[in-house]
Amino acid sequence: MIALLLVLIPLIGGGLTLFLPRPALARPVALNVALISLIAVLLGLCQFTQAANWSYDAEWIQPIGARFSLKGDVLAKWMSLLSSIGAVLSILGSWNTDRKLPARFYGLLLWMQAGMSIVFLASDAFLFYFGWELALIPAYFLSSIWGGEKRIAVTIKFFIYTFVGSVLMLIGLIYLQQLTPDGSFQWQAFRNLELTESKQIWLFWLFFLAFAIKVPLFPFHTWQPDAYEQAPTPITLLLSGVMVKMGVVAMIRWLLPILGIGAFIWSDVVICLAVVGILYASLIAIRQDDLKRLIAYSSIAHMGLTVAALFSLTGFSNNSNVVLHYHHIGFQGVMLQLFSHGVNIMGMWLLADRIESRFGTRKLSELGGLARTAPTFTIFFVIIALANIALPLTNAFPGEFLQFNAIFHAQSSYRIVFLVFSGLGVILSAIYTLNMIRRIFFGETNSATENGLRLTTAETLALSLVVMVVLVFGIYPQAALNFTNDFSWEYVKSIDITRFLAK
Amino acid sequence: MNLLLLAAAWGVLMMFLSVSGISRATIRTIAQVGMGLLFLSTIAELQGIVFYDLNAPAMLGVDRYALVMLSVLSGCGLLYFLLSAKDMADVGADYSEYFALIFFIFCGFVLVLSFTSLLMLFLGIEIVTIPLYILTGADKRNLKSNEASLKYFLLGAFSTGIMLMGIALVYGARGSFSTLELVGASGIPTQLLLGGLFLIFFSLAFKVSVAPFHFWTPDVYDGAPTVFTSFMATLVKVAAFAGFLRLFDHGFGSLKSSWQIWAGVLAVLTLIIGNMTAVYQQSVKRMLAYSSIAQAGFMMLGVYGLGDAAKEGMILYGASYSLATIGIFAVLTRMQDQTVEGFNGLAKQQPWVSALLAVFLLSLAGIPLTAGFLAKFYMLQAALPATYGMAVVIVAVIMAAVSVYYYFRVLQAIYFREPSEGVSFPAFAPGFVRVLTIVALLIILLGLQPGWLLRYLYF
Repeated sequence: MIALLLVLIPLIGGGLTLFLPRPALARPVALNVALISLIAVLLGLCQFTQAANWSYDAEWIQPIGARFSLKGDVLAKWMSLLSSIGAVLSILGSWNTDRKLPARFYGLLLWMQAGMSIVFLASDAFLFYFGWELALIPAYFLSSIWGGEKRIAVTIKFFIYTFVGSVLMLIGLIYLQQLTPDGSFQWQAFRNLELTESKQIWLFWLFFLAFAIKVPLFPFHTWQPDAYEQAPTPITLLLSGVMVKMGVVAMIRWLLPILGIGAFIWSDVVICLAVVGILYASLIAIRQDDLKRLIAYSSIAHMGLTVAALFSLTGFSNNSNVVLHYHHIGFQGVMLQLFSHGVNIMGMWLLADRIESRFGTRKLSELGGLARTAPTFTIFFVIIALANIALPLTNAFPGEFLQFNAIFHAQSSYRIVFLVFSGLGVILSAIYTLNMIRRIFFGETNSATENGLRLTTAETLALSLVVMVVLVFGIYPQAALNFTNDFSWEYVKSIDITRFLAK
Repeated sequence: MNLLLLAAAWGVLMMFLSVSGISRATIRTIAQVGMGLLFLSTIAELQGIVFYDLNAPAMLGVDRYALVMLSVLSGCGLLYFLLSAKDMADVGADYSEYFALIFFIFCGFVLVLSFTSLLMLFLGIEIVTIPLYILTGADKRNLKSNEASLKYFLLGAFSTGIMLMGIALVYGARGSFSTLELVGASGIPTQLLLGGLFLIFFSLAFKVSVAPFHFWTPDVYDGAPTVFTSFMATLVKVAAFAGFLRLFDHGFGSLKSSWQIWAGVLAVLTLIIGNMTAVYQQSVKRMLAYSSIAQAGFMMLGVYGLGDAAKEGMILYGASYSLATIGIFAVLTRMQDQTVEGFNGLAKQQPWVSALLAVFLLSLAGIPLTAGFLAKFYMLQAALPATYGMAVVIVAVIMAAVSVYYYFRVLQAIYFREPSEGVSFPAFAPGFVRVLTIVALLIILLGLQPGWLLRYLYF
């Protein structure tokens, strides 16, 4: 029931918002819809935790064997929490911005959330694909109508890029479906396939490309900085906070358990791409003058680390409990970081948006001295920025630490190289983040920044929510670790590829 | 066979109405009623109510596939009449004759879809194309229309000749025109039979404008009056494809080892040429002409893959592609400036029509939630298991991504650009918008639940 609600609330709410008679109502209605789905997730996490509440199954397109089935495992619950927090933040954060056609803006935004909910919850591959695209279409319109100057060219690039990936994935899905005995798209049916090595080697790329483009992984990232820069900030927030997580979630659910051998064989290549991406994006971030682009590149670096850690988990476990144990905590790191990075980057976008709307510029060179004129804002900014570089006592620290752990215990013979270079990424991220803080908040004030910056109630609320999450999970990460513990054990056992190799 | 007799009778009726001197509005109503009756009579036949049975199994045999396809065609025909019948009056003076010709074409559809003899296929194709030559040249004072008509006629006649030659060779090899006896019991084809097969194959490929036999298409579609382009590019093409699939599935299916690879090559060529050329078009009409070639490439995947998925896919493809293209053409006919720029800023003045256009364009591009996506999905499903299926399918989806570029260019113009100075958009009549809404709803409905249409294939 909860699972279905998480899809239906934003879907119906979005439809209602689109056709509201009075545009002024759009914002409060959308906020309420987002809050209701947040409440639904929380209820599902605390009260209605039974599996029955989190699953739903119905006939859908019978001729092709697709079913409308949703299933909320811990990963899905975790990501649903993130996506509903994201929707609330994105609406709260843009509360004081007046846009043209607000009813359409917020309606599409909610539809985007519906699509993402489907992706996180679907246990039917066809439905998953459906949600994957459903999240993309509203994002396309949102960025193209309300975006920046170069929005039209940039968003079509973004759209076609991701579309190529997803249609290739569609072929993979059809191929797997035709191999299942009853022509079904169910996750379990795919999982039972036991594909041979020679098939997995190439099938892997059909899926991986789609996910890598979404994450985005170097060298498939070229759409991302432009798209983040040009999209309106509430949408950038959702894109980078939630939507790119779809890529990692899809790898976790649809790639590693189903194409385990493929993932293992290519894991060195993938980790290599991820590590190169970390360095590449961090180096570019250091040279950025545009705040939004800087955050965009930092996001590539962070997601690269997550992917590297995830692919370090593939490989032989030989059923040895030691290896399993390291895999387990490594995977917990991935889970933690999915959430933490999502929240932190959303906080960063809120702050960037505030700066842009107040001073009309995102250029670091045109800012300065804000620490004196806007102290509250500075405190928020510094906390969230430090969380972004994974300082201890912030939520990103345990996640990143465990991820490095995963890379260190990888089966690859290059693991030390990978570890060293991805570790360099942390130092680089400290450089660009602290540099950014220095250029915005310290130094001389100029005519623009002299008058400071006041936060409205809605923005303070949104930022406090982020800071709360940062500190709570930073000081007591055990809460999150407990939550993901059992699932992680199950998961690392399930991606053990010895069952394939025994054949 | 309900439709065959009714369509012929109505065609004759429309022909005589032209000399009766009644008003155009009445003529239009009579034509629309007639098309409605065609649709209802096919639905009735699907339910087992046959008004008129033609018992000639050696010539014609109606099966579920033919009936479902015919109901799709006549249903789309009805919507086409409701949307575009008024615009036909602007083409020329012979209003009633245009309708008569279209009804005759529907007779041809019946033959093309239900032939059991190669002769009937030939007759059907001819009955469909000869009225089309006339319709293409209907704008008599327009040189482009004349040119298109002549071009179409010469090339069409030539390809018909090739088809006849193919039929003759097949007859020579097998001693029969029946599609049931095209292949001997041994299953090993003679050279004569193969020669005939490929001649028929190429000429049908010409009729459905598959590359490299597509060169006539852009000129003819561009030159013909836009209302008739809409009809030619959709219903006629779909019917020809349905016949193509019927012949090569039932008739030559067991010989597929010798021709299937060529179907794949043609499909790939068509997809690449159609999509790549469409990218460079400035005029929406010409873009749609190339897009119709590109879409033909996808339908060709059905002929390449064969099987139940191909049949279901062809029906779904026919419906989704026809609906969307008819809708776009109906709006396009009313636009003053028919280039992509002509659509700039339409959403600001006509938000509802723009939303409907968006549905059509998204469906043509094959975006989920629309029928176009599921139609493509079926075609991929049909083609994937075939020999080299994976390679063909990968080309197909990459080309589908290319098609997003040019379909979305219109979308960008509508939604994201400001209207140019001094351009005014036509006012759309409420009735027109209502029908257009029905078309869009059908597309979304089929995109969510294709079973509502496809189950008629089996029950």
